[in-house]
Amino acid sequence: MNAPAAPLSPYSSALGKSNVETHTLSVLVDNEPGVLARVVGLFSGRGYNIESLTVAEVAHAEHLSRITIVTSGPPEAIEQVGHQLERLVPIHTVTDLTLRGSAIERELAMIKVCGTGGNRDEALRLADAFRARVIDATTESFVFELTGAAAKIDQFVELMRPIGLVEVSRTGVAAMSRGKDPM
Amino acid sequence: MAREMTGAEMVVEALKDQGVDVIFGYPGGAVLPIYDVLFDHQHAIRHVLVRHEQGAAHAAEGYARSSGRPGVMLVTSGPGATNSVTGLTDALMDSIPVVCITGQAPTHLIGSDAFQECDTVGITRHCTKHNYLVRSIDDLPRILHEAFYVAQHGRPGPVVIDIPKDVQFARGLYSGPQNIEHKTYRPKLEGDPEKIEQAVSMMGAAKRPLFYTGGGVINAGPEASRLLRELVAATGFPITSTLMGLGAYPASGKNWLGMLGMHGTYEANNAMHDCDVMICIGARFDDRITGRLDQFSPGSKKIHIDIDPSSINKNVKVDLGIVGDCAHVAAALLDRWRARGLRADAAALKKWWAEIGKWRARKSLAYKNSSKVIQPQWAIERLYAATKGRDCYITTEVGQHQMWAAQHYHFEAPNRLMTSGGLGTMGYGLPAAIGAQMAHPRALVIDVAGEGSILMNIQELSTAAQYQLPVKVFILNNEYLGMVRQWQELLHGGRYSHSYSEALPDFVKLAEAFGAHGIRCDDPADLDAAIAEMIETPKAVVFDCRIDKTANCLPMIPSGKAHNEMILPDDEDLEAEIDAAGKALV
Ligand SMILES: Cc1ncc(C[n+]2csc(CCOP(=O)(O)OP(=O)(O)O)c2C)c(N)n1
Ligand SMILES: [Mg+2]
Repeated sequence: MNAPAAPLSPYSSALGKSNVETHTLSVLVDNEPGVLARVVGLFSGRGYNIESLTVAEVAHAEHLSRITIVTSGPPEAIEQVGHQLERLVPIHTVTDLTLRGSAIERELAMIKVCGTGGNRDEALRLADAFRARVIDATTESFVFELTGAAAKIDQFVELMRPIGLVEVSRTGVAAMSRGKDPM
Repeated sequence: MAREMTGAEMVVEALKDQGVDVIFGYPGGAVLPIYDVLFDHQHAIRHVLVRHEQGAAHAAEGYARSSGRPGVMLVTSGPGATNSVTGLTDALMDSIPVVCITGQAPTHLIGSDAFQECDTVGITRHCTKHNYLVRSIDDLPRILHEAFYVAQHGRPGPVVIDIPKDVQFARGLYSGPQNIEHKTYRPKLEGDPEKIEQAVSMMGAAKRPLFYTGGGVINAGPEASRLLRELVAATGFPITSTLMGLGAYPASGKNWLGMLGMHGTYEANNAMHDCDVMICIGARFDDRITGRLDQFSPGSKKIHIDIDPSSINKNVKVDLGIVGDCAHVAAALLDRWRARGLRADAAALKKWWAEIGKWRARKSLAYKNSSKVIQPQWAIERLYAATKGRDCYITTEVGQHQMWAAQHYHFEAPNRLMTSGGLGTMGYGLPAAIGAQMAHPRALVIDVAGEGSILMNIQELSTAAQYQLPVKVFILNNEYLGMVRQWQELLHGGRYSHSYSEALPDFVKLAEAFGAHGIRCDDPADLDAAIAEMIETPKAVVFDCRIDKTANCLPMIPSGKAHNEMILPDDEDLEAEIDAAGKALV
């Protein structure tokens, strides 16, 4: 028997069939009340994904904040995300760093690990290899601080899991284009 | 030049500086300071007291769409703001410039669940182009003028300014609208010249070209419509339009194929399907227009001109996207077409018109008339005949009557049809007619209504009475939520669940109760005289036109079908046409 055809939605066009990509968008906004709600609301309202989001003021006198968003979807959908963001009045610029190529991306994480004996030694050895710093220690625990690309942090967290991972706190990605030109 | 005054005075001063002379509103505690100032400026700003804030929003839309100027509304906090939400959403979907001023609880009470406090900017964030909560009197003048700028520039839309009561009382320095531009919001008006060249080349090489135009042409102002007509004349290409774009090209024009889409003509939809170059100007490939997307105009190269970059490649991938204002881009296309001495491929175009002629010959808007019962299509035709040549503005409610009006009333000029396209809001038409009548006091303004929709904002008859606005409500009364009934017939085997309009009021008595004139007509032989009576009556009229109860609105592209799979009026078995997947669509 033939499988029933998937219901055809007017919204799942030929566009929807392409591959899913992950892009990092750097968005410069007026630092005014509600601007983050506008950005987040746009993503939820239109069904876009947010994999990570960071925001902080970057120019105090000009009241500018930078929002860095990692989003995933088909390339056409990501192009839409960019255009929809540009429609928001308090948004100055939207840069797709992934499209631009070779952006630098960094994330900071704190990782709490608990254990005794050989596990403690192993945790410290691995931390050393990853250049993670100990920022808190007790006789039974460490808190490591690690900065790097998101994948490196993922890898470190996975290694800590069997050793005694307790919890993780991550900032999300901050990103910038390489070279002399601004984003 | 800055003058000291209160926040409430700034609001009124800014309205005057923006050239606003009509506002639609409803007072309440949180806007009393502004109403107090309005009391002294009644000569400069006419305030229309609506009977429900949704009415204020639609009236502002009707005013804006019929005049090209922004519509302004003033409502109180809490329920005043929430009652406005449907109208704001409607304006957002149809890109109508509306400035909505809402009162708010005083700043120190915000967040405390104060009386009539609601998170207006939170609630309206998704249904406005932009919104502001004014936290300080120092920001108020800038925000007031910026709101007008944002509402009108680029793709127009509604803007909310939420003003806490203490800010209305506070004193500060007012400055006028000079140099008010938003620091970042600068829509692009001119199309990229290289892309204009490409577009013109594609048009010159076309064998089966088609213009597909929309509300963006009307929003771009009368000049855009004029240029569009020139462009059509210069190229000789056929043209179709969405509901929102009707009138930009005249229905009597020889290249006109009629409206396209779900209830569009056979020739327009087949031309969309079979064209080889599609020139979309100020339309947005909405699902009512495209039908089944994966079979949408499969063989065409598509050019899309829109002021909103996010409209391009949103639903349909196009070959050439041009971001810019419709008028500017149309002028550039025309200029380059002429400068390069281009001409349409005459032989190919002749063949194309011959093909279109065959589709036209199917007469997809035909219907069986009757001498016993008024057919809705005929009622609209007679209405058109009686009002033709007059200065006439048509609004509609939502349903079958809306589509019949679009199909059978022939719009010759832009800004003459006010209808809720994107949101499909029943209850839009009467307040929109009030707004249009305020903008055009001497014109004939007619709301083509359904008996279901009209009851959604019927209270606005009282507004019409108060301001002696002679709006005509022409109800195509089929005693059914007809469009729902039609879908139930087509999709649900004739199980008419809750779509019969029971317990209807006596519309003639209802009219009289509101100080309007009531007319009832159920005999085709009396229709012309009754319509004449309606037009001649110098005050508001409610016309209860009793029509065939089970007439369907055809032709129709059933949901889930392509442009070349239309149901025509002479098809027999309607239900068999729609498959299970189609039934899941709206
Ligand atoms: C506010 C709102 N509620 C529900 C609907 C769904 N709806 C679309 S058309 C329609 C029927 C309208 O009936 P009527 O005004 O009598 O018009 P007719 O189709 O009979 O001409 C309904 C209920 C809507 N469009 N708007
Ligand atoms: Mg009805």
